[in-house]
Amino acid sequence: MTAEEPLLQATNLHTWFELRQWGFLRVGSVRAVDGVDFELGRGESVAFVGESGCGKSSLARTLLGLHNPSHGDVIFEGQHLSELKGEARRQYLARVGYVQQDPFGALPPFMDVRRLLSEPLIIHGVKDRDERERRICQALQEVRLTQVDEILPKFPHMLSGGQQQRVVIARALLLEPAMLIADEPVSMLDASVRVEILNLLRRIQTERGLTLAFITHDLSTVRHYADRIFVMYAGRVVEQAPVEQLLDNPQHPYTRALLAAIADVDADNALDERDVPDGEPPSLLHPPEGCRFHPRCPQAMAGLCDRQDPPLFEPEAGHYSACWLQDPERD
Amino acid sequence: MTDARERLLQVRNLQLHYRTRRGTARAVDGVDLDVGRNEALVVLGESGSGKSSLAKALMRLLPRNVARYSGQVMLGGDELMGMDDERFRSGVQWNRIAMVMQAAMNALNPVVRVGEQVAEPLRVHRGWSKAAAMERVVETFAIVGVSRDFVTRYPFELSGGMRQRVVLAMALITEPELVILDEPTSALDVLTQASIMNVLKRIKREQGTSFILITHDVATSSELADRVALMYAGQVVEQSDARDFFHHPAHPYSKLLMDSVPRLHQSEPPGYIPGEPPDLIDPPAGCRFADRCPSRFGRCSEDPPAFELNGERRVRCWLHEEGTDHDG
Repeated sequence: MTAEEPLLQATNLHTWFELRQWGFLRVGSVRAVDGVDFELGRGESVAFVGESGCGKSSLARTLLGLHNPSHGDVIFEGQHLSELKGEARRQYLARVGYVQQDPFGALPPFMDVRRLLSEPLIIHGVKDRDERERRICQALQEVRLTQVDEILPKFPHMLSGGQQQRVVIARALLLEPAMLIADEPVSMLDASVRVEILNLLRRIQTERGLTLAFITHDLSTVRHYADRIFVMYAGRVVEQAPVEQLLDNPQHPYTRALLAAIADVDADNALDERDVPDGEPPSLLHPPEGCRFHPRCPQAMAGLCDRQDPPLFEPEAGHYSACWLQDPERD
Repeated sequence: MTDARERLLQVRNLQLHYRTRRGTARAVDGVDLDVGRNEALVVLGESGSGKSSLAKALMRLLPRNVARYSGQVMLGGDELMGMDDERFRSGVQWNRIAMVMQAAMNALNPVVRVGEQVAEPLRVHRGWSKAAAMERVVETFAIVGVSRDFVTRYPFELSGGMRQRVVLAMALITEPELVILDEPTSALDVLTQASIMNVLKRIKREQGTSFILITHDVATSSELADRVALMYAGQVVEQSDARDFFHHPAHPYSKLLMDSVPRLHQSEPPGYIPGEPPDLIDPPAGCRFADRCPSRFGRCSEDPPAFELNGERRVRCWLHEEGTDHDG
């Protein structure tokens, strides 16, 4: 395997959920992920950004193998995820760690920390008790829960939110994953703790050379924690670029609207109303024809945006935007 | 500034303690606040700092395990704490002070049309006719940016942003002098959040309403604040003009909190505050932030009073003791 080969590749990935009435009548499909292509390199940190309902969590769950893609596939270290069965699939799950949004919900309330961290090791065949203990201590040290003896006998409700999230991260690291998927890892935490957890994730990612995919709705936090950003809207990736390029030179009108809606803290913010596009994200059951953002887009071009789906254009090297405005052959 | 503007609400030494199995939790422990007419005061604080309890204390929506509820609350010249429950409920609660609770948009009755739900306070408490109440609902919907067709819809037919506007209309329908908003946008998306904040700005400008906005999110708070009160462990540690607070925070906790706010166009990464807030059941004897404070010194083992800086700013930190000496 060459160094340039991506760790993970998603090709034309679709995750649709069939809707049935009375349990059998097919009434349509919710197109949560609807044609997404990307490659994640080794040791890279990427952020998937979008509003709720844009498909970012469905995408995460598809990458984890919790949903089967309806079309397309995920290729991890050269293997097609859809072809992995039984033991091979279990091996895959050990290679991908998962950090959930709600740390308290992610930890079983009736297990103390020692037990809930032992569980994945037992399932993945670490039979020696001392070896398990050693790896648990190491993982807790890595997430800076250094008072190991104090933490191990505690139950989740005895820990603070920040400590809970550290335990979740430690659990994700136990099986030596090659990739970590973090779904809104800090949205349930207080502002002063958020940065600490994000710094921790970033440090672990660089030290271990992990690939980190983190899913967030908050563009203001991504600059320091991701190398590349994917902006999602209604099941699609609409813009994709290295962090600085995307934040400083956004191309897609949706990304621009998102950036205009958040501002750096300033007392003058209270004086002016912000520009916010009208309307709501479309139904994923019946997404609009053409570009999915066109009903809300201030720059929509009649006859083009409402008819034809824009492909990804590359207005500058490494910067992709799915918008007809970036079509080099326009006019 | 508050004196020039007419003062609407004045809170002094407000206490709200709860009985728990482990002891008495001092959720609100000696809070002083001032809100002027047509002013927005943001109460900022992390979870567990007592900001929601403060709102409940002002609305007198108290749970059963209250151990202590005392202090002074003046609303436009009327002392509220001495009022008996019946008079408070009929005269003040929802009439002069209304509140939008946290996640209220998920608490709408699913089987009643939203127009009827919004009209309820007028119909029940004021005995308005259905037609008159509905007319007022339509007017209020216009203020919050909901079209009149929505009056006959059910909550499930509305998006999150629309439901939040309906809940806001419910608080505004009695034309209260003061509206308390408890985390009004925390469950919403970025764009919806921005449009709700736009609505609040417009109401403040056009209707002259006063607001207390309770939030943990500094960025959201800057969208509405005239003044900011920062809470920590049941106390207000700093109360300042928004411009001073956001650009020159005075209390060490305010400074660290402002440093932890991620900024879109800033090259250095944000900071964080090590440690955890103290337990409200047995808070430390001196300054409650001392354990986490980088500039603590000997004096911090005593509880600091609120020192006044330049008349308008109150900071609960010994570092600002000299400031008072100079001023008077």
